[in-house]
Amino acid sequence: MKPALLALACLLLASRPAFAYRIFVSNEKDNTITVLDGETLNIVQTVDVGARPRGIVLSKDGKSLYICTSDADHIEVLDLATLTVNRVLPAYKDPEFMALSNDGNTLYVANENNSQVSVLDIPQGRIVSEIPVGVEPEGMAVSPDGKTVVCTSETTSMVHFIDVATHTVTASVLVGTRPRFAVFTKDGDRVWASSEVAGTVAIIDAHSHKILHTIHFSLPEVPKAAIQAVGINITADGKTAFVDLGPANRVAVIDTDTLAVKKYLLVGQRVWHGAFSPDQSLLFVANGVSNDMSVIDVKALEVTQSVPVGQAPWGIAVAP
Amino acid sequence: MTTRLATASRAAWLTCLAGIIRREGLRWLGQRGRFLSALVRPLLWLVVFAAGFHFVLGVSIIPPYRTYIPYEVYIAPGLIGMVQLFASMQSALSMVYDREMGSMRLLLVSPFPRWFLLTGKLFAGVAVSIVQVYIFLAIAWFWDIRPPAIGYLCVLPALILAGLMLGALGLLLSSLIRQLENFAGVMNFVIFPMFFTSSALYPLWRMQEASLTLWRAAEANPFTHAVELIRFALYVRIAPLSALVVCAYLAIFLAGAIFFYDPGRGLLARRLGPGME
Repeated sequence: MKPALLALACLLLASRPAFAYRIFVSNEKDNTITVLDGETLNIVQTVDVGARPRGIVLSKDGKSLYICTSDADHIEVLDLATLTVNRVLPAYKDPEFMALSNDGNTLYVANENNSQVSVLDIPQGRIVSEIPVGVEPEGMAVSPDGKTVVCTSETTSMVHFIDVATHTVTASVLVGTRPRFAVFTKDGDRVWASSEVAGTVAIIDAHSHKILHTIHFSLPEVPKAAIQAVGINITADGKTAFVDLGPANRVAVIDTDTLAVKKYLLVGQRVWHGAFSPDQSLLFVANGVSNDMSVIDVKALEVTQSVPVGQAPWGIAVAP
Repeated sequence: MTTRLATASRAAWLTCLAGIIRREGLRWLGQRGRFLSALVRPLLWLVVFAAGFHFVLGVSIIPPYRTYIPYEVYIAPGLIGMVQLFASMQSALSMVYDREMGSMRLLLVSPFPRWFLLTGKLFAGVAVSIVQVYIFLAIAWFWDIRPPAIGYLCVLPALILAGLMLGALGLLLSSLIRQLENFAGVMNFVIFPMFFTSSALYPLWRMQEASLTLWRAAEANPFTHAVELIRFALYVRIAPLSALVVCAYLAIFLAGAIFFYDPGRGLLARRLGPGME
């Protein structure tokens, strides 16, 4: 009787408080956004959007979702109250990924087939500036102080630092082959940039623009070529980073102090990008080939569940 | 016999049961080789065999698992089943030995009914097998076989049920075996076919893809259901069909064992007939 009671108590303590939120997953192949309930992980609705939705970003007020519909060559705005696309914003050819300014009024969009970053004024609904960068720009991030934007160009294998005031590239850092994603640390001092083909993550000093460290991954059971670093998520406390390793079907857990890989977590096939739950207890990652989303318990560092979503899930966002 | 039985208090029944369990436990502890082999066998499968298939099963999700798992995690419940299967056959072997050495007669002349003595033997064997399973699980924890903490508790009833069913099969077989040397045959014709045509090593859908006949055999195999019962319980889920099938097989095997051990009716009588002793 006693162990049963103890187990029950453990279960009650372990269960998270009710906290309603929704998860949005962009499905590259069936041109939809899958909306899931954060609590039950059931699909609430599947919303049809433009062709080939990839990068998705939540607006600062949490009321809309910006969607890069790459093959439709524009950005759609999904109203999260009605779950309908109520606005279309312009873009150049093949928008793939974007970052939102800290005031929530400007989108910096990487136009993959145009070798430029376009600066999109959201209230006006027009492109106010174009910044030439390397070939095939993709990863985009805005610094915490809002003064710098970084862009990774896949073919040039560079991370470009863009000054927001002048809309010019102030520095370009050569990193591992095919960089696809970049993110600033919370203090704004470092940029983590993942390279898909090299299978590495470069940690760049945001002020001196020097590479401070390169993280390598190795999994004995996975061929080296399959280790393709893409999405990166760093916890709010800045202590742990999760790197999605694409066709290695693993998410690497990195201790940000030692920069050592602590653990590899087995997820679905070809993991692309991830997003934390609002309380940071869970990390959701989109698996592009196995058409599902894996749920990682951030504290326990365990994959607790994988749930099916649409065809070729790519981007992921969580709205409280 | 009935009068003697009537006077026997409840305490006497318990003393008898405790005696049987104690004897089985002492025998297990005394035979260090048996103890070690029972532990080394599943660990070899886990560490060596499963290593080669590490990546094979990371491709689809099957209940009770909710996400992708490495092969080691899949095979663990099958190896628990293996521990119990070998333990049950081991105690069946010891029953044949007891019979040949005469200590079985000593047990069967006690005032308690045959069914009680046999189920007592059965429970003793199951208790020993469960201790073995938990030792295996403790070591497997270091190989990243880490089911939820409560799963270790939930698996206990499944282990008891599966252990009883496999133990009853052992009893039945031991009642049908004439001599000790025949037991090697039983190993080859019972244990290995049961283990390999079950869901212990691969999920049933894999087998269904390869051969429909093999899949049907696996579906009917009591060991498949024992393994599935354990697998689901370890992950805090219930497998109702497997539980039913295991119960049904338990009833059949136990009834058979009790029937055949009855000197008045079964094979034992014929074997221990007046001319033979």
